[in-house]
Amino acid sequence: MRKLLLPLMAIATLLVTACSSIEPWVKPYEREHLADPIMAIDPDPVSSSYMDHVFEVREGAAGATGGAGGGCGCS
Amino acid sequence: MKITLKRGLAALLLVLGAGAAQAGVLAEDRADIMYHRYQGGGITVQGPSVLVRKKFGESFAATANYYVDNISSASIDVVVSGASRYSERREQKSLSLEYLRGKTTYSASYITSQENDYKADTYSLSVSQDMFGDLTTVSFGYSQGKDHIGSSVDPTFADTIDRRDYRVGLTQVLTRNLLASLNFETITEQGYLQNPYRFIRFVNGPGSYARGQEVAPHTRTSNAGSIRLKYYLPWRAALDGQYRFYTDTWGINAHTAGLEYTQPMWNRFVFTGSYRYYTQTGTNFFMDLYPRPNYQNFMTRDKENSALSTQTVGLGVAYDFPLGFASSFVKRGTANLQYHRLFVDYSDFRDLRNFPPGTAEPGTEPLYTLSANVIQFFVSFWY
Amino acid sequence: MNIKTSLRALLVGGLLVAPALAVAPAGPAPKFQLTSMAGKPISLDQLKGQVVMINFWASWCGPCREEMPVLEKLYAKYKPMGFTMIGVNVEPDSKLAAEWLKATPVTFPILFDTKSEVSKLYQVSSMPSTVIVDRKGNLRWMHRGYKAGAENEYLDQIRALVRE
Repeated sequence: MRKLLLPLMAIATLLVTACSSIEPWVKPYEREHLADPIMAIDPDPVSSSYMDHVFEVREGAAGATGGAGGGCGCS
Repeated sequence: MKITLKRGLAALLLVLGAGAAQAGVLAEDRADIMYHRYQGGGITVQGPSVLVRKKFGESFAATANYYVDNISSASIDVVVSGASRYSERREQKSLSLEYLRGKTTYSASYITSQENDYKADTYSLSVSQDMFGDLTTVSFGYSQGKDHIGSSVDPTFADTIDRRDYRVGLTQVLTRNLLASLNFETITEQGYLQNPYRFIRFVNGPGSYARGQEVAPHTRTSNAGSIRLKYYLPWRAALDGQYRFYTDTWGINAHTAGLEYTQPMWNRFVFTGSYRYYTQTGTNFFMDLYPRPNYQNFMTRDKENSALSTQTVGLGVAYDFPLGFASSFVKRGTANLQYHRLFVDYSDFRDLRNFPPGTAEPGTEPLYTLSANVIQFFVSFWY
Repeated sequence: MNIKTSLRALLVGGLLVAPALAVAPAGPAPKFQLTSMAGKPISLDQLKGQVVMINFWASWCGPCREEMPVLEKLYAKYKPMGFTMIGVNVEPDSKLAAEWLKATPVTFPILFDTKSEVSKLYQVSSMPSTVIVDRKGNLRWMHRGYKAGAENEYLDQIRALVRE
């Protein structure tokens, strides 16, 4: 996985520069549902990190629980 | 005899990483005060979690969290080892700083956790980038941690764990109503990876068993990948589905699947209901009962290393309270109550609490099951 | 993989330069006509001769809501000098916007672009978006997004255009 990280990031940067001509298919003025607080990926970080902790202590698995983005796309 | 930090840094990072939720705009200022309580399997863990987040101008933000676990434990491991109920306190502090430049958010954080026989420090860096008209957010993260382990039964014992964690995440707006999130995480650990308080057992004569020392490998590498979809339902509700696959070099393969439904009601309330199913194979060197001492190089009877499955049902309610006089300094406030019930079924870990050596044919004792209640009550303010 | 490689890898992700927040487009502002919340039909044509600021907003957008009092102040200050403000609400369902305006009223006209026709005409690429049109009906400034302090730029630009 570690060996993949640098090539993955190189691909991501290439994607960004080469594909900046892709038109967003959900326009900024069409994001009313995504901006709704009930659609937030992680609305209560104290709660989600606590539950992740409860599970990680009792289970063997760990990780890949994160997420960021979505929302209203306002700036 | 402790609920250790283990590899919980991924969970901790969620608290601080929440700030990077939207490159392009830093997440809002907020404060959360929580009381958490876990009760089950003879263990009660409760305490506060307090989070404060503040932006400085439009480009900088800081988040701080203070978390305590007050542990009172007469768990199956404590009882079977002959020890009595013990109390302990784990204190965790963290600080995260974010810098926003255009569509990129850089963040750095530090987390430290301390209990009387365990200290863990983790440093993290991450970068998050919005692209394609803010439909896509890509993030990369790296963490490095060092744990110092002691033993309350042996003051001369001291060892360490070195940990490295690499994360890649992608969140994608698929349609006006659908969000997807993909995450990959690799964790490598090196050092004393076993539990100084756990024992293995082996057959030492007909109808009897004796205790032995746990021996685990000095390295462990894990890979996890998850996908999550969140869908907006036309009557104003949300449905969230997640799946995660985990595999590591100790032989554990685990699947996690979860579903959560969010329903706003009566203008100020939001109800959530969730179900989570988790299953794992045991480590490839786990045995509840070894046929003889020194049966193999690595041996463990730590129940988290057993084949097991967990089912969790959850119910939550959030109330958006009217601000009235406070509206000049608070934008929004919620009071939240969440309840989860956990059921853990161990496929290869037996309940020895009523079966000391010589009382039953070893290996015929009932398999252990655990159920627990988890309660969270928290108040959040956005200011 | 050591720390140096990891750090370098992380910085690679942040190489992208921020797009400009205020751009100077050129050409005539696309014409449109919608009925205002007060019931009057408003078209960009009628407003020729005035400096027009068009603000695209939504009640669900935090920065948009923050910007409204700023726009109200600008409208009150420059109206006597031949300046006008139009708020174009982009929501397909105007109910929430109407409710918000009841609590936080503004005096400049609000148009409901429920079919997103004007948003598409102006190629609205961020929320909020603010466009400034000069007395001849030409597009002069386009602002993407709103951050506290942007009103200083608005002031400079409006002052300059109002003197033309």
